[in-house]
Amino acid sequence: MNFEYAPAPESRSVVDLKPSYGLFVDGKFVDPTDGGSFKSVNPASEEVLAEVAEAGSQDVDRAVHAARKAYEKVWGPMPGRDRAKYLFRIARIIQERSRELAVLESLDNGKPIKESRDVDLPLVAAHFFYYAGWADKLPHAGFGPDPQPLGVAAQVIPWNFPLLMLAWKIAPALAAGNTVVLKPAETTPLTALLFAEICQQADLPAGVVNIVTGAGDTGRALVEHPGVDKVAFTGSTEVGRAIARSVAGTRKKLTLELGGKAANIVFDDAPVDQAVEGIVNGIFFNQGHVCCAGSRLLVQESVAEQVLESLKRRMARLRVGDPLDKNTDIGAINSAAQLARIRELSDAGSAEGAERWSPPCELPERGFWFAPTIFTGVTQAHRIAREEIFGPVLSVLTFRTPAEAVEKANNTPYGLSAGIWTDKGSRILWLADRLRAGVVWANTFNKFDPTSPFGGYKESGYGREGGRHGLEGYLNV
Amino acid sequence: MTATATSARSDLSELGRSETALRTFLHGLPGVDQVGAEQRAAQLGTRSIKTTAKAQAIDLAIRMVDLTTLEGADTPGKVRALAAKALRPDPADPSCPHVGAVCVYPAMVPHVAEVLAGSGVHLASVATAFPSGQAPLEVKLADTRAAVAAGADEIDMVINRGAFLAGRYSEVYDEIVATKSACGDAHLKVILETGELATYDNVRRASWLAMLAGGDFIKTSTGKVPVAATLPVTLVMLEAVRDFRAATGRQVGVKPAGGIKTTKDAIKYLVMVNETVGADWLDPDWFRFGASSLLNDLLMQRTKLTTGVYSGPDYFTLD
Amino acid sequence: MSERVAVRKTYKLFIGGKFPRSESGRSYLVQSANVSLASRKDARDAVVAARAAVKGWAGATAYNRGQILYRVAEMLEGRREQFVGLGVPADEVDAAVDRWVWYAGWSDKLPQVYGGANPVAGPYFNLSAPEPTGVVAVVAPEQPALLGLVSVIAPAIVTGNTVVVAASPAQPLAAVTLAEVLATSDLPGGVVNVLTGRLAETVPTLAAHMDVNAIDLTGVADAELAADLEVRAAENLKRVLRPAPAGHDWSADPGITRMTALLETKTVWHPKGV
Repeated sequence: MNFEYAPAPESRSVVDLKPSYGLFVDGKFVDPTDGGSFKSVNPASEEVLAEVAEAGSQDVDRAVHAARKAYEKVWGPMPGRDRAKYLFRIARIIQERSRELAVLESLDNGKPIKESRDVDLPLVAAHFFYYAGWADKLPHAGFGPDPQPLGVAAQVIPWNFPLLMLAWKIAPALAAGNTVVLKPAETTPLTALLFAEICQQADLPAGVVNIVTGAGDTGRALVEHPGVDKVAFTGSTEVGRAIARSVAGTRKKLTLELGGKAANIVFDDAPVDQAVEGIVNGIFFNQGHVCCAGSRLLVQESVAEQVLESLKRRMARLRVGDPLDKNTDIGAINSAAQLARIRELSDAGSAEGAERWSPPCELPERGFWFAPTIFTGVTQAHRIAREEIFGPVLSVLTFRTPAEAVEKANNTPYGLSAGIWTDKGSRILWLADRLRAGVVWANTFNKFDPTSPFGGYKESGYGREGGRHGLEGYLNV
Repeated sequence: MTATATSARSDLSELGRSETALRTFLHGLPGVDQVGAEQRAAQLGTRSIKTTAKAQAIDLAIRMVDLTTLEGADTPGKVRALAAKALRPDPADPSCPHVGAVCVYPAMVPHVAEVLAGSGVHLASVATAFPSGQAPLEVKLADTRAAVAAGADEIDMVINRGAFLAGRYSEVYDEIVATKSACGDAHLKVILETGELATYDNVRRASWLAMLAGGDFIKTSTGKVPVAATLPVTLVMLEAVRDFRAATGRQVGVKPAGGIKTTKDAIKYLVMVNETVGADWLDPDWFRFGASSLLNDLLMQRTKLTTGVYSGPDYFTLD
Repeated sequence: MSERVAVRKTYKLFIGGKFPRSESGRSYLVQSANVSLASRKDARDAVVAARAAVKGWAGATAYNRGQILYRVAEMLEGRREQFVGLGVPADEVDAAVDRWVWYAGWSDKLPQVYGGANPVAGPYFNLSAPEPTGVVAVVAPEQPALLGLVSVIAPAIVTGNTVVVAASPAQPLAAVTLAEVLATSDLPGGVVNVLTGRLAETVPTLAAHMDVNAIDLTGVADAELAADLEVRAAENLKRVLRPAPAGHDWSADPGITRMTALLETKTVWHPKGV
């Protein structure tokens, strides 16, 4: 019998979208100085969701000054115990309003509601809850008896996990005693603005959190502003490089969380059904818009055929479509620009001779969509094995020995994450020692936790977010 | 899958002849990571099945129920009433399908057979010294033959878990082969009693062992030990029947039994079947629920979908 | 009787455990000695040697690295007079010996202090441990010639990094002499490489080199040069240790930040199940 799932849409009514949003500066929503604005669209339908203010350099300046004032007058002098309570408050409000935030995240980003609901939002709340507890324990964090905050943090975040990246940035910064000016990505500003409302609801003192919306120019004005003490950026390696240049010779402390091209290594003794789930989760989670995505599958030649067969069968079960449908596995590509990039690299994969496969899959007419895709017959020389695609596209390579797997896995300028699938414990530890990657998932993939440091080797950036390590980037150590 | 296992598959029918070959094969099956398997099962459990899909699932689930009573207090009257309910689960609604089978102890089989004759509802009986399986083989086989002779067309046997856990795979295998032979034309469901096997690796091995020995169905549990059917155990068994068909061409059914009480639970299982093995198994010939109280919840939900009003237990028979 | 004619020493580079002259054939006169004037090519050769040494050094046990660093202290102690003869104050030599001893002890302690288990909310084993970043370019401070040098080399190598050190152009003799100590201390060749000569010639090459993982600019006194080097380092996102704005107090407790700045944290996850 064919079992067709009827549509199961999550209700949009929980979200109260305003037609337009200003900048959040010094505790208030304000109009930008030059009145510029841009539209945020739903990538699943191309419907305009809201008009959002575009911050110019004067607006950024205003925000940095507000943050400075709050740092000097309120947040810096405030006892850690009280900072903690504000952060706990924020964590609780996020939990209470999590459905609203999840729906808005899926609307603005295109990610499936089951992910925003079951992954993003619980992690966001947990992150605030975790760092809240650090605020009054900094002398015990291992950075000396009296570690000091840096001052004003400029934070620029990407569009793939808008609210989660906001949490990764704001929670440790505030816990350590800094104030922040955060710029969300231009395609996904809405949950950050809802977060600004939550700051108001929590009675967070004005100027501690400032949100400036805009595109690259706004971000540049922010990180180059002489009044900031700290720059934290998550995004592409290319932009990360430019930021590293721009802070050269300044006092600004920098953390970068950049691109990746992770190897997911499957041995012949792997728990194969879980490995296939891990491969799918590794590359198709969040439409592959994941810096630590397992975008290179390295499978031992002796089981390559069997693993691929299982993988294809599993991929045929993936449900692509309406992000708000509770049964959707793969939602919309975040933007037309990103879709073009994925198409370009996939076409390059075909042109370079790799074999392309996607399951039969009907894509909606409007919006930005890309079917889950794998390329077999890929070699290290192919562009699709070297460049970050940031989409639901997996390159499959094979290896024969553990040493060859390590060599291929490390043969990239990136070093963010890696996966290992084998039932042999000593092999896991042998491999984990040799993989040049900041996060190694063995017999699992794409797991995150506020207590667990995350960040890359090599051109995947520097500094760690999460855990005790995540405080270091916001303290004067 | 290791190379050993792959080559061993080339002649799976030979495996039962040698303890060593059987062990090598079963231990060469891919491992199951507990956390990963449980997460996959939990994820499938978040599927939202609504409206038309729910109606479709409920009717299918009713047709898949092995309506079961396995009590010391069972009497001819009680099992006849149960059989009557199996035929017409919702007397008020003739469009309601009948269940898949009635499942009783061997002594009760003749009473049920009278009621079910010619109905298309199968008659299953738990034989082989259910639920412990702790009896001499000859007793178990006699138990089986008696049940079949009395009219059972499905036999639910229990494996010898003690022998399995002690690594005496041939002994378990031979018992299944002998029981299958004693069944004649009746279908053999092999109860693994997964709650006693303790690990998913064991569940996968026992599944393969039962299939290699000729079982037509693999079933999770007797319902008589604390841990009965679970979603992850059923997932591992579904993966096993999927892989077994790929290797041998023979399709084997799966029956979770025990602890499945609500429509919501049943639908999670159907989603799992759908997304693990697909439409070929979405049929009472290939998937069953061993359950008793599940049926009434399915009927209540069915009525709700038809009438739009939530029903109550007073409106459904207690048999 | 005539006075004995002294045997004068030639101060050469230290690359891959050997003491070559600059491939350019150049030297310069400084501290009354001829010292090799390293070229860009020498800098690249030093990076190759440092890279080749990473696998063995990073892969050595922490205990082994600690033993070797302690051996360096022993050898330096034995050469105390030689450094005094070069004009290094005796108490500075003592402090340099003590610094080796201090860092030697860190090799098998830092991973416990700086890493550890993370209590994640799920059935997972989760452990973060520091690892060396790889090849580190180091610009040694000019003063104090020996203690400053030791204070930048030891924290880099104790955790398993290998280094290419650009010695102070005005004070290279202590660096080359320290290289002689290192060469006789069981330290594998290539773990420390020393370039003498003009910073403007070698350091920009190191800063831009795509096979260098980090750069320590401590010895760069010129703020403009430091900024320029940091810009070059951005090309492959090198970890950058900036010069301290207020200068360094080399007699103070060094703390662990010089070590941690040149470390990566690797976090490993594994499910817990039966």
